[in-house]
Amino acid sequence: MKATSRKLLKSNEFYLLLVIVVLSVVIQARSGQFFTANNLVDIANAMIVPGIFAVGAFMVLVSGGIDVSFPALASLSVYATTRLLVDAGYGGSIWVPLALVVVFGALLGAFNGLFTARFAVPVLIITLGTANVFSGFMQGALGSVQIPTIPAGMSEFGRATLFVATNPDSGLTSNMPVAFLILVGVLVAAFVLLRYTTFGRGVYALGGDESSAARAGFNVRATKFWLYVIVGVIASLAGLVRTSMMDQMHPTNLLGMELMVIAAVVLGGAAITGGTGTLTGAMLGTLLIVIVQNSMILVGIPTFWQGFALGVLIIVGTAISAIQLTRVRKRTVAFA
Amino acid sequence: MRLAAVLVVLLAFFALVKTENFFSLPTWQSMAIQFPEFGLMALGVMLAMVIGGIDLSVVGVANMTAIGSATLMLWIAPVGSDAGQGYVALVAAIGLSLLVGALAGALNGFLVAKVRIPAILVTLGTFELFTGIAVIISGGKPTSGLPPQYGEVMASRLFGLIPMPLIIFVVATVLVGLLMYKTAFGTKLYMLGSNETAASFSGLKTTSLTIRTYMLSGVLASAAGLVMLANYNSAKADYGSTYTLLAVLIVVLGGINPNGGSGRLSGVVLAVVVLQVLSSLLNTFPQVSSFYRPLIWGAVLLLVIVVNQWDRKGNLNRFFRWKGKDA
Repeated sequence: MKATSRKLLKSNEFYLLLVIVVLSVVIQARSGQFFTANNLVDIANAMIVPGIFAVGAFMVLVSGGIDVSFPALASLSVYATTRLLVDAGYGGSIWVPLALVVVFGALLGAFNGLFTARFAVPVLIITLGTANVFSGFMQGALGSVQIPTIPAGMSEFGRATLFVATNPDSGLTSNMPVAFLILVGVLVAAFVLLRYTTFGRGVYALGGDESSAARAGFNVRATKFWLYVIVGVIASLAGLVRTSMMDQMHPTNLLGMELMVIAAVVLGGAAITGGTGTLTGAMLGTLLIVIVQNSMILVGIPTFWQGFALGVLIIVGTAISAIQLTRVRKRTVAFA
Repeated sequence: MRLAAVLVVLLAFFALVKTENFFSLPTWQSMAIQFPEFGLMALGVMLAMVIGGIDLSVVGVANMTAIGSATLMLWIAPVGSDAGQGYVALVAAIGLSLLVGALAGALNGFLVAKVRIPAILVTLGTFELFTGIAVIISGGKPTSGLPPQYGEVMASRLFGLIPMPLIIFVVATVLVGLLMYKTAFGTKLYMLGSNETAASFSGLKTTSLTIRTYMLSGVLASAAGLVMLANYNSAKADYGSTYTLLAVLIVVLGGINPNGGSGRLSGVVLAVVVLQVLSSLLNTFPQVSSFYRPLIWGAVLLLVIVVNQWDRKGNLNRFFRWKGKDA
């Protein structure tokens, strides 16, 4: 029991949760609107897309890289899917777009994977390149424009709700979309994959030390390649959810989200050098950022401050984890 | 030297296909006004990369300082004030811009060297931070109505021929070159980049070295901001958003090793010119939409990575020897 509580006190997630609770109470005190049923559902709603992205970004971070191409990747694969289906006059259920988007996501992810697995260049530089290739391909070659009407199956899926929360005072209602289940599904799948499969352990091993992982018998190249395929699929799912929920395909809507998602994951305690981190942390980090973004409006801070706040959050969050890392290193040196 | 060959081929292609554009002076002058914007940023990224880091905040620094100095100029010399005030504003703006650039760079350097956050994350975060500050100062709108003196000075031409931005770029390049190859500081940069532990054990003050490097990068970025301010005649928080990639691309293309420790200034300068020529060449084809540009930059970056890897095994040399040339 004592060991558990000590472990809890040392964990990053605990402090993050503490920050979130304190922040929520402060916002509640300032606005009186935070702990209302509809606001909580709104926050859950706002978490879906960044949450799914965060799972993918988390996996890359654990493997020791930083991927900035996922919003472009998601945009391209969802754009291609929507375009294809709209042109074909498709009117069926959500399953066909879902399958298509998974296929496109896997293909584009494989493109990332080919480069990252083969070349000893920082993943960031590679994905900066592929992100531009993706968005350039979408906007140049496909001549992307906004698609105002998306296939019926997608918009139905976007509108489908699990339940409706009503604020007893103001009468405002918020819908809990079915898409939330996709976030849950992706989370569970990623959890099982990372914890119970050799592949998942390989991802952690890679992030810890690549040559040790290779000597321990992991196929480094194959692991990296498949990791980016999976991340491509996850990102595309997030893109599909966003497009369905917005009820239109806006090609550049997702671009620029990468920073916020990476910040969320890093805040969640995933070591920037790779090898450690938990999905719980990644989700808590996303929750914190979503709360900050949502509540600036509640508390009445102009949205101009969003970029500034995000920058400070990233720097403070990474600084804490960097300082912890230095401390651990010093301690190990002292013992050795 | 490969890059020089690429440049020659590119120029020859340009001269053949678009002869009238190629031999007209305005083409070259507009190029010389354009490329210092990202060229200066690339120099900063190069310095950071030589010590094994990276600076992704250059565009943020440029926009923040441009908006800051534009605001200062408007404050000193509001619309309709006389020329004297305009020149005071000009000098003050340049001073403020370079100072803020140095401070921003110092923040980057401090976070990298002292707090020990990886440079990628620091500069991603400060990019967001600086852009955020730019948005706050400007309210998200373009800041314009600058004193005309600023535009006059920046648009002036040496001997009626060489545009001011080019002069700024050349001066910056020469200064950086002197610093890198004629001073101990430059040698230390390469040492730090090739092996940080070894560098600190051989007595280098790695912290101060890193901070000074990022400060230089910040100053160069703020100079780029001044050029942008002149070229657009206004400042806005999201100008030059494609330059981050472009600057990284140039530096990698110029042969700087992303892991630090090697690469030369001449390569980077050559890469800047190659990309500007490529870009101007694309401009002469109106049917190629500007949306293709990111695709092309991205593809070039990936291609360079591939070629560099292939080259490391000596394939390229073998290839040339097979052709009968001694490369």
